[in-house]
Parts: sequence; structure tokens; C-alpha cells
Amino acid sequence: MVRDKETIAAISTPMGEGAIGIVRISGVYAFDIAGKVFRDPSGQRKRKLRPWGVRYGSIVDCRTGEYIDEVLAVAMPAPYSFTREDIVEFNCHGGTGVLTKVLETVIKCGARLAEPGEFTKRAFLAGRIDLSQAEAVIDVIRAKTDSARRLSLENLKGGLSSKVSMIRESVLGLLAHIEAAIDFPQEDIEVLEIQDMAEQAGEVISGLNSLINLGKSSRIYRDGVSVVLAGKPNVGKSSLFNVLIGKQRAIVTHIPGTTRDIIDDWTTIKGVPVRLVDTAGMRKTEDLVEKLGVEAANRQAEAADLVIVVIDGSCPVDDEDKDTLFRTVDKPGIIAINKCDLGVKVNENNIPPYAGVKKIIQVSARTGEGIDELEKALGELATTEIKDAGDNPVMVNLRQLEALENAMRSMEDALNILNSIKTTDLAAIDIQESLFWLDQITGRSASDDLMDKIFGEFCIGK
Amino acid sequence: MYDYDIIVVGWGHAGCEAALAAARMGANVLLTGSGWETIADMPCNPSLGGPGKAQIIREIDALGGEMAKIIDHTYLQIRLLNTGKGPAVHSLWAQADKKAYTAQMRKSLEIQPNLTLRVSHVERILINNEKEIDGIETEAGEAYRAPIIILATGTYLGGTIYIGHESYSSGPYGQPASVGLSKILGGLGFNLVRFKTGTSPRIARHSINYARTKEQPGHELPFGFSFETPGTRKNQLLCHLTYTTPETHNIIRTNLSAAPLYTGAITGPGPRYCPSIETKVMEFPDRDRHQIFLEPETRDGETVYLGGLSTSLPPDIQTELVHSVPGLEEAEIIRPGYAIEYDCLVPTEIYPWLEVKRIPGLFTAGQINGTSGYEEAASQGLMAGINAVLKLRGQEPFVLQRSQAYIGVLIDDLVTKGTQEPYRMMTSRVEYRLTIRQDNADLRLTDKGFDFGLIPEKRYQMFKEKRMKIQNELTRLKTTLVPGDKNTAKLLEKMGTTPIQTQTSLADLLLRPEVDYETLGIVDKNRNELPRDVLLVVEIESKYAGYIKKQMTQIERARRLETRRIPRDIDYSQVYGLSREAVEKLSEVQPDSLGRAARISGVSPADIATLIVHLETGNRKRKQDNGDNDET
Ligand SMILES: Nc1nc2c(ncn2[C@@H]2O[C@H](COP(=O)(O)OP(=O)(O)OP(=O)(O)O)[C@@H](O)[C@H]2O)c(=O)[nH]1
Ligand SMILES: [Mg+2]
Repeated sequence: MVRDKETIAAISTPMGEGAIGIVRISGVYAFDIAGKVFRDPSGQRKRKLRPWGVRYGSIVDCRTGEYIDEVLAVAMPAPYSFTREDIVEFNCHGGTGVLTKVLETVIKCGARLAEPGEFTKRAFLAGRIDLSQAEAVIDVIRAKTDSARRLSLENLKGGLSSKVSMIRESVLGLLAHIEAAIDFPQEDIEVLEIQDMAEQAGEVISGLNSLINLGKSSRIYRDGVSVVLAGKPNVGKSSLFNVLIGKQRAIVTHIPGTTRDIIDDWTTIKGVPVRLVDTAGMRKTEDLVEKLGVEAANRQAEAADLVIVVIDGSCPVDDEDKDTLFRTVDKPGIIAINKCDLGVKVNENNIPPYAGVKKIIQVSARTGEGIDELEKALGELATTEIKDAGDNPVMVNLRQLEALENAMRSMEDALNILNSIKTTDLAAIDIQESLFWLDQITGRSASDDLMDKIFGEFCIGK
Repeated sequence: MYDYDIIVVGWGHAGCEAALAAARMGANVLLTGSGWETIADMPCNPSLGGPGKAQIIREIDALGGEMAKIIDHTYLQIRLLNTGKGPAVHSLWAQADKKAYTAQMRKSLEIQPNLTLRVSHVERILINNEKEIDGIETEAGEAYRAPIIILATGTYLGGTIYIGHESYSSGPYGQPASVGLSKILGGLGFNLVRFKTGTSPRIARHSINYARTKEQPGHELPFGFSFETPGTRKNQLLCHLTYTTPETHNIIRTNLSAAPLYTGAITGPGPRYCPSIETKVMEFPDRDRHQIFLEPETRDGETVYLGGLSTSLPPDIQTELVHSVPGLEEAEIIRPGYAIEYDCLVPTEIYPWLEVKRIPGLFTAGQINGTSGYEEAASQGLMAGINAVLKLRGQEPFVLQRSQAYIGVLIDDLVTKGTQEPYRMMTSRVEYRLTIRQDNADLRLTDKGFDFGLIPEKRYQMFKEKRMKIQNELTRLKTTLVPGDKNTAKLLEKMGTTPIQTQTSLADLLLRPEVDYETLGIVDKNRNELPRDVLLVVEIESKYAGYIKKQMTQIERARRLETRRIPRDIDYSQVYGLSREAVEKLSEVQPDSLGRAARISGVSPADIATLIVHLETGNRKRKQDNGDNDET
């Protein structure tokens, strides 16, 4: 893996501040990684970023190709950078959610999340920072580590710690069974059968999985509630989007199929932070670009917390409207009957019963009619979302999420071995790795705990 | 002016290996012990090897030590354990003949040039005005002078034996304890801790009713512990197994008031992996039986060690206890079990090359460093012997890394973390188990042993030949391609595996779980006949290539810190930004590398980062002072 070459990445502007945020990547693979996520304005992948050039373009998810944000990319080759390594900086639109997304995809492409103060430390070790500043460097490292630790301690008081500890306990137990059998083959200790081990591994995986999901949902706190505008072309999604965020961000024309990509922005609605997403109108189309846009729209609608289904109230409800309603049936949300200034031809009876329980509100993006009612209803739904997340007080930051995901992946490897070649000492390597990642969250060291577990659980000794 | 280059005190397993290694490297060595018959004795279980320990014995052998060769020549029975698990954890185990082992070791010592043996009881360590080692003084008032001493006194150091309500000062087997030595060490400002271990009763062989026990035969194997051993000994002895009964457990429960472990007489912690039968019964009340291994101590002697029945109950209760076990109803106890408490050094006071930090020239090895087990002791003795000679020559110490050897893990754990109980090697302590195995100990360490002059030329040639064969075969497997044609498809089906679309290397086929080296022969007609030990390594290295690579990456990741040295004269209290706890711990342990520093509990990643910056600052200052200013 690229991992051991230690290309690091982090958000290098303070969280939640400023209109522009910077994600910085440093190390031998910085340019490679940047190349995987950066696209020029025509959507092309750039094989090589021009050193020192400032390039306009966008960041996409390196796995799904999904658009994340438009950025300015700056490439600084070694040894003329801050750390004297290759560095790429993405100047993003800011908003913690977007920055985190950019950072996430960079990490997926092989960078490692930088430790607190690591850029400064590298800069110092590379001779970039003057000797007289050494103490200042240490201060940076200490301050950042200490505040990070404080944060994680607060975090550990909450639900994450106890949940991770519970999972860790079963991982440890599983490992103890394997290790005890290896180290004490002459003892008649009752260790688990391979199938039972596999079953336990499976439980750990699903435990980790639900923790990861829980953690992801907790991001509502940080990222706000995501709300998607969905509907067939030309119903006025982009118009509503612009009204709700209070600026002319999305292009509006009378031509159906205007919006072809995902556009999102941040706003607060009735005091709740919301990430509003405008999408391409949902319809069957032969146009390749629009088709991709529609697919992305479907994905967005699926991933969103809430949905606003927009229907043109000046025409009867047709199959395309019904299709949108059908697709979003499981999502909590609102049905907005738009263009009510043109006279309303649609009422509740025209909405099919499978639309789910969604409040129906008549609005006009043009006159502003009903917008306040829409915001109010949206605010209420968003508050409920936040409250739901609040009942699961599991706050997971990106570092912890990375650790949880690594722990799960290693456990899956272990399960794979237990199911196929059934060699427990090989599985132990993966289980140990899984434990290592969990301990990145708990801050404990497994080796002593493992001994305790082995001797506590089994009667061993001649 | 010195009588010897090196004096080794104590001729248990550590002392013997230390003295032999040092003498073989050309030092003039005196080895002292307190009784002729206690040379390389096994006062506890008469067995060697098993998981973790077998690997150590193989490593001792690769470095030119003695243990493997002697056990191979003298064992009563040998078995390969863990064969149901992956080959990385296969472990040899042998029932030893303790009398034969002692005799053989004595012979090795006697014929060794540069080595003098002397029965004597050391009373005092002589220190000169410069606070350096100057020699020893014995109980009889003799003085021997040497600049280096290796202390390997085992349980003799301040030993107290407990049995029932009785307790008395003693080493094992009624040998006198070195009380004076503890005092001297204490006077030098050492922190001593007290550990405890137990032994089982020995019973008379003729009084055992073997019909009521279970037979445990040995294995026929094409190898032994030593590289030099081609196969298994003839005439292996049968061993036997029996179990405790509910009655046994009752006897223990009703007599707890007479058990020193439960009356509070014994305070030192005992090893958790070797609990007394009292502890087992009390801590695991659900178990209705525990194993008792009938371990013959010698081939034709009378004594049989009751493995698993370690106890310090009064002798009459021990008799009752033993008689409650099937097969032992009529057993005569020759020697009751006992618990022994003894002094250890706090091993964090020792450098990784086993020299005591506060007294240059004093090395310690074995139980005195807080370990338990013959193998653990022997390996430290060997390392201490080698390092003592390197010190004499003014050469860099020899330290094995955690990624190189079980011995490296053992010593690193001791000197970095210390230990709360007698330390026993276990494979689960080793993070790179798949890359450091029993089968590749020779590949890992023989070069080192040869460099020290501990491996004879002839054996080294044999070793190099083996290594070459392994390399050649691994390369051949990687470069030999099998075509993806119909014929091959048929053959692959015969092998019980799926067909290939394009031509594929033998090595890649071997990666498939269902294919092993033998079945691979179906598509690999041109292979040469290879010796078994070569095949073993080839098969493991190629079958587990993916995992080995994974582990190598981890090792590489760790190496960056391991190779960053910390100067010995560093004053942690002067390092800006270190936490108080880190200053304390680092000053106590004095780690020689950043990797070791990072393993100390209480030293955080931020402390390590701080330390890195500090070291770099020092480097740059030195460079500036030397005038080669390459700063921007
Ligand atoms: N009269 C009236 N016209 C509206 C209203 N909202 C939007 N329109 C018009 O409807 C047309 C389409 O509006 P858009 O906002 O681009 O619609 P859209 O749903 O984003 O369309 P696509 O991006 O093509 O899917 C434009 O000409 C708008 O001016 C409204 O409330 N009243
Ligand atoms: Mg639009």
C-alpha cells in the first residue's frame, strides 16, 4: 500500500471558519493522489498538475466519480514547499462538510490523515524552519495534540467509548481463544470451534458496521441536515434552490434539463444548518451528460436526510412526477407544489397514495408565496432529524471513522480466512490488526490486556 | 593483573551458555556454581520447548549456543506441537532427561578451552574506586579479579522455600541461597522485587499404576531442535497423563488454611501460566478435573515429576492429594512440592545488551532479570556472554530487534516495560510471528553466529548451501510459468483447483488455498528432489507470501523509529516540551532508540514527536558548530 510511504493530508484551515478552506496533501504521492481526485473544468483527469500553477477545476470522489466541490488547486513540488515534500493544496468553498468530503476522498486514495502538528514537524525536520523556532514547533505539536486529546476524551465520555470498548472486548476474546490454543496446545482448554470463531467475527463486523453508520449519521451535527430538491425537469427546483439559499447560484432557464449536475450550498433554515442540494430533473433521457446527472440525482436523493419533491402545479401530475414520488417514498420530506402563481391544477387527490407521508405545500418561487410555510415545515423536519441523531450520542470524527473502517476491513479479512483456509494463526494477524485500529480510538495497548484475557479465561498451567 | 576476563556466577542454563559463548569467542572465563550436580539443572518441569520456547531454542542454536544440541542428544521423548495450526506456530517440545542433560552440559564445559569451572559460593561483588567491576569474593574468602561479571544466579538469589506452615532460606533442591549477594546488590542501590514460583511433588516410578493413566507417545520427526540434528532419537520413552478428581479438589478446599499462597505467607506474585493446583481449583471452580502429566525426570531413575500439580501445601496433605488421583493411589512421594520466593532485579535497570546501567561491567542473565524458564534463561546467558566479550573488545553491543528474533522480543519487553510476574515467552507476545518462525531461525541468525565465531566453518557451509537451495527454488517457482491450455486445465482439475485463463507462475498457483507443494508437482514435472528442511521453508514462504508481505510492511513501518538512536547522555529534564511523566519514565528506562521509547507506557506520541524535534535540533546545532552550514 501507499500507506507506508506516508503521504499525509489534513484540513489546514480552522474548522468551520472562513469562506475558503484548504485541504493540504504532502508526501511522495501527493501529486498522484491529487491527480486521482482532481478534474479540470471539462471533467478531464489531469495526468500532471503544473507546478506552481493555480488550476481551476473540481474534486470528485475517487471511487464513485461523484462531484464534491469546485476548487483551486495549487501544486508545489519538492523541495520548494513548506515541508520540502511534494505538496498539493485544494482551496475549497469551505463549509466543514465539503472540506471533510474532500479530505475523505483524498484519504481513500492513499493518503494518511496527518497527526496534529505533523506538517510543521515535517517542515522542521526537513530544515525548512529555523533552529530558533524549534520550541515553537514543539508548542504547535503539543497544543494540537493536547486539544485533540481533550476533544477525544470528551468524546470518550459519550457513547463511542463504551460502544468501542464492547466491540474491542469481543475482539480480544476471540483473539484470546486463538492465542491460548496456540500457546498452550498441551492444556485441555476449551477453545471455540472455527465456525464459532467465524460467527463471533461476523458479530464484530456487524457491530462495527452499525457503529460506522451511527457515526456517519452523527455527522448531521457537523455537516448539517442534507436536503435534496427532486423532481422532473423544469418544475422549478433550481428556482426554489436559489430562493432558499438567498442567492442566484443555480442557473434557471425555461429549457427542461437545464441543471445537469449536483449543486449544493449551505444555509440555515429556522436556525438549523442545512446542506441544500439541487439536482438534475429526473427523467429518462438519451443525452449522456444529462443521464449521468439524473443518476447522480438519484444517488443524492437516496443519501439525503430529507427530500423536497417539486411538482409543477400549473400542469396535471404525470408519470414522471409519480416516478419521482415513488423513488423517494421512504424519505421523510415535503411535496412542494410550485408555480402556484399560475393557478393550481394539482391538489392532494392527484398525489398517489404511495407518495408516503409528506406534507403538501403550495409555493411559488417567483412570487415567494408559501416559501415561509415551506421553510417552517422544513425546519421542523430538520429538527427532528437532529433530535434523532441526538438520541444516539455517538460522535465520530474522521480519524475515528477511519480507524473503525480499518478495524472492520481487517476483521473481514480474518473472517474470510476463518471461512476458507481455516488457519487460525493467520486470522490472528488480521484480528490483531483490527484490535490495533480500535486501540487508536481507545488509546489502550492490547498486549497486556490480551495476556489478562488469556489467563483470566482459561485455566492454564502445568 | 586480572585473573580472568569474565567471571560468570551461577551455572544454570544462563550461566552455562554465557560461559561457553564467551570462552568460544576467546575470552578467559571463570564459571562458578554452588554444586557440581546443579549444572544446567531443571528444578521445575523436566521439559524443554513448546510454543515460544522452541523458537528460542532454535535461535540459540543458530547463534552457536548449546541447548539445542544437548537436548537433541538426551531427550526422552519429542513431539511437534500445534501441527493442526499454521506452520508458523509449529513448535517442538521435548521431555528431558535432566541427569543426562546435566552430564552432557558438564562435558561441554569441561572440554571447552579458556574455561575454568569452580564450585564456590560467591559472597561479594568487588567494585573498584571508579565504581567499576573488579571481581568476586567467595564465602571461603578467595578473591578472583575480572573486569566483567555475568550474574546468573537464578532462584538462588535470596531464595525462601515455603511448604505448608514452614519456610526457610534456601535455593532450590536444598542448595544454599545467596543471601549475601542480595545484600550486596541491595547495598549498591538496586531495586529488588520478589517473585514466586512453585514446583510439584516427585513420586516414585515403581509406585505408579500406569494402567489407570493415558499413554502419550512421542513423534518420529525428520529433524530436532538443532540444525545439526538429522532426525529423531531411537527408543523414545512413553509419557503418561492422568487427571485430578473432585476428591482432589475437595482436599484442597478443606486445607486452604494450610496453604501459604492463601494464608498470606507468600507475597510475591507467581506466574499466571504456571499456577499452583491450589490456585487452579480456587480460580476455576467449574472445572471438574485438571491434567496431571507424569514426567519422568531421567531415563531409568525413580523420580517422576507431577506436571500440573505444583503445590506448597504441607507434605501430609500433598500425600492425600496425590493419592486422590487415578493411577497414583499408591504413589510414594520422594520429594514434596514447594513454593520458592526469590529476588529479581527490576529489568528496566538493564540495557538491551544485558549490562546493568549503574555498574559498568556487570551483566545479568536469566531468572535474576525476572524471567522464568530454562530457554528464556539460556538465551539471555548466550546474549550476555556475547556482549561481555564485545565490551572487552570495545565493540558495539549485539542487540536483536523484535522483528528479528523471539530473543529480541524477550529482552526488549524486559528492559523496556519491565515485568509484573515471572516473564515467560509466548508466541502471542511476538508481533511478527509469521516472519520469525522456528523453521527459519537458522536463516535469521546463523550469519550472526558465524561472525561471532560461534558457528564452525563446516556447519556454516552446510547452512549456506541450504539457504541457496531455498533461494533458487523460490526463484524457480516465481519464474516457471504454466500455460493456460487445455492440458493444464485437466491437470489442475486433478489437483482439485480451478483452471487458469492465461499462463501463470507456479508461485501464484501455490498461493491458492487448495494447492500445496506436493500437489503442485502434477503441473511441475521438472522439479528437483529437495531436502525436507528446504521444502518446509519454501512452502511456507510461498504459500503465505501475501501475509508475509503484509508483515514486512508493518516491520518497515516500525523500523523508522527503531533505527533512530537516542544518545546515551541525553538529559530528559532538559528536553523542552516533554510531559513530566515522560521525563520520569524515559530517564528510568533510558531507551536507546525512539522505537523503544515509544513502547514505554506513559510516553505519548506527542512526547515522541517532541523528542524527534529535540534530537534534530541537537544534530543541526552540531552541524552548525562544525561549520558545514547547509541551512537555507
Ligand atoms: N411562473 C412561475 N414560473 C416559475 C416558477 N418557478 C420556476 N419557474 C420557471 O420555470 C422554468 C424552469 O425553472 P427551473 O428552476 O430552471 O426548473 P428546474 O426544475 O431546475 O429545471 P431543470 O433544471 O431543467 O430540471 C423557468 O423558466 C422558471 O422561470 C414559479 O414559481 N412560477
Ligand atoms: Mg434546474
